[in-house]
Amino acid sequence: MNQQSIKLKRFLGETGELSRFVGRYFIQGGRPRFELRELVRQCYIIGVNSFPLVGLTGFIMGLVLTMQLRPSLVQYGVESQLPVMVGIAIVREVGPVITALIFAGKIASSMGAELGSMKVTEQIDAMEVSGTNPFKYLVVTRVTASTLMLPLLVILGDGISLFGAFIGVNIRSTTSFDLFFRQIIDNFRFGDVIPAFIKTFFFGFAVGVIGSYKGYNSSKGTEGVGRAANSAVVMSSILIFILDLIVVQITDLLGLN
Amino acid sequence: MPHNQTYDIMTQKPPPSREAVITIEHLCKRFGSNIVLDDFNLTVGKEENIVILGKSGVGKSVLIKCIIGLLRPDSGTILVFGKNIPDMDHDELDRIRAKVGFLFQSNALYDSMTVRANLEFPLRRHWIEMSQQEMDSLVMEVLDNVGLAHTVDMMPEELSGGMRKRIALARTLILKPEIILYDEPTTGLDPVTGREISALIVDIQKKYHSASIIISHDMHCVKKTSDRVAILINGKCYAEGKYDALQKSPDPQIRQFFE
Repeated sequence: MNQQSIKLKRFLGETGELSRFVGRYFIQGGRPRFELRELVRQCYIIGVNSFPLVGLTGFIMGLVLTMQLRPSLVQYGVESQLPVMVGIAIVREVGPVITALIFAGKIASSMGAELGSMKVTEQIDAMEVSGTNPFKYLVVTRVTASTLMLPLLVILGDGISLFGAFIGVNIRSTTSFDLFFRQIIDNFRFGDVIPAFIKTFFFGFAVGVIGSYKGYNSSKGTEGVGRAANSAVVMSSILIFILDLIVVQITDLLGLN
Repeated sequence: MPHNQTYDIMTQKPPPSREAVITIEHLCKRFGSNIVLDDFNLTVGKEENIVILGKSGVGKSVLIKCIIGLLRPDSGTILVFGKNIPDMDHDELDRIRAKVGFLFQSNALYDSMTVRANLEFPLRRHWIEMSQQEMDSLVMEVLDNVGLAHTVDMMPEELSGGMRKRIALARTLILKPEIILYDEPTTGLDPVTGREISALIVDIQKKYHSASIIISHDMHCVKKTSDRVAILINGKCYAEGKYDALQKSPDPQIRQFFE
């Protein structure tokens, strides 16, 4: 068997395993007993701890995007459209994707490393002998928390990003806070906001699933833990772009663009 | 000597007065083409400490993980309190696990939790009806039993290797198990701490009247803790008997462990 065949076989094998993992999430997640206390704890850890990073990057992104767009708009004499352009770019695409990528870098790696080291040190087995279903306690809660928290972080990140854009606009000209946001909101359509919001649930789910999958199935040893953390970030980042591409195609087909 | 028969050495079965709490019959477990356990048989009596002796990688840990239901055997029966582990569903397994403690080789303390939270975890997860005050006093009682009451609010990373082992043992004891499975309890510890842990295992058996299976290579621990020793070779229970009797055996396969 040549190298290509081995790689293809490994890829298909991993895809199958990942599909089973997702299936197990839905089957076990739907059955009582529900780990609500741990879910709330994970929502707090995932959501609150990610907020400063998401907020900071969102602010810089909004500011820089505005400053970069201005010269082109000035050249075509449509500088007045700057808030609308930046607003739509942030809400439709840049906000969700950049926030999801930052989220993947922080959350998928920590999930991969945490669950990987728990596996290596037999903590997952210890949970099982303590009357706990470790898949439910560790995986279902993390994936659900990640799915619920990313959309919230995107909303907050978009808000901060738009504030950064407002400051960016005011560096070279003067626009009131009220006028800036009214101009953006008046130009928003259903297709700008809703598909962009819905796709963040899928991004959050992908980050949670990949981070948990890589950690939960990491091979023994510290090298395995490192590899789990690293591949969780790479794989979830790629998956975010693939999902984004699919969502754009679907919204285009539905005439929402 | 044929390897498919248990070596016939004196007092190999639990004394008749001891009711069997674990009975393993014809247990087989393989990983791919690697046969780990092959027609393994063993009986553990009530309040009996039995040590499983064998070279590294022969399947000693696999055996106790099959007993607690962490691994599923390919064939054979594992009767714990008369119920066959491989036939049990999750709920039945959880009920049995509340009576069977497991001390992991790596201690498996939850490193994101304090010592107190580590000890309370099995109580909360097994839905044991208990007020917070009762839980606190039970936590302090088991910590006292292992001599580490002052560590109750510390994190596992702040403890030495020997202390972690004791805390792991305290967590195992908190449900007052009738059977305790020890996976290499003295591995990785210095000889002095290893001896302390061996003495603690004996004290625990006296205090809790528990039966134990102890996996160990440490001959001091084996001698100190065992009522009976079973030797695992080629996936089978090759020989079993009292420590002194096995030590005097002329069989080179047995003697290699005692030299």
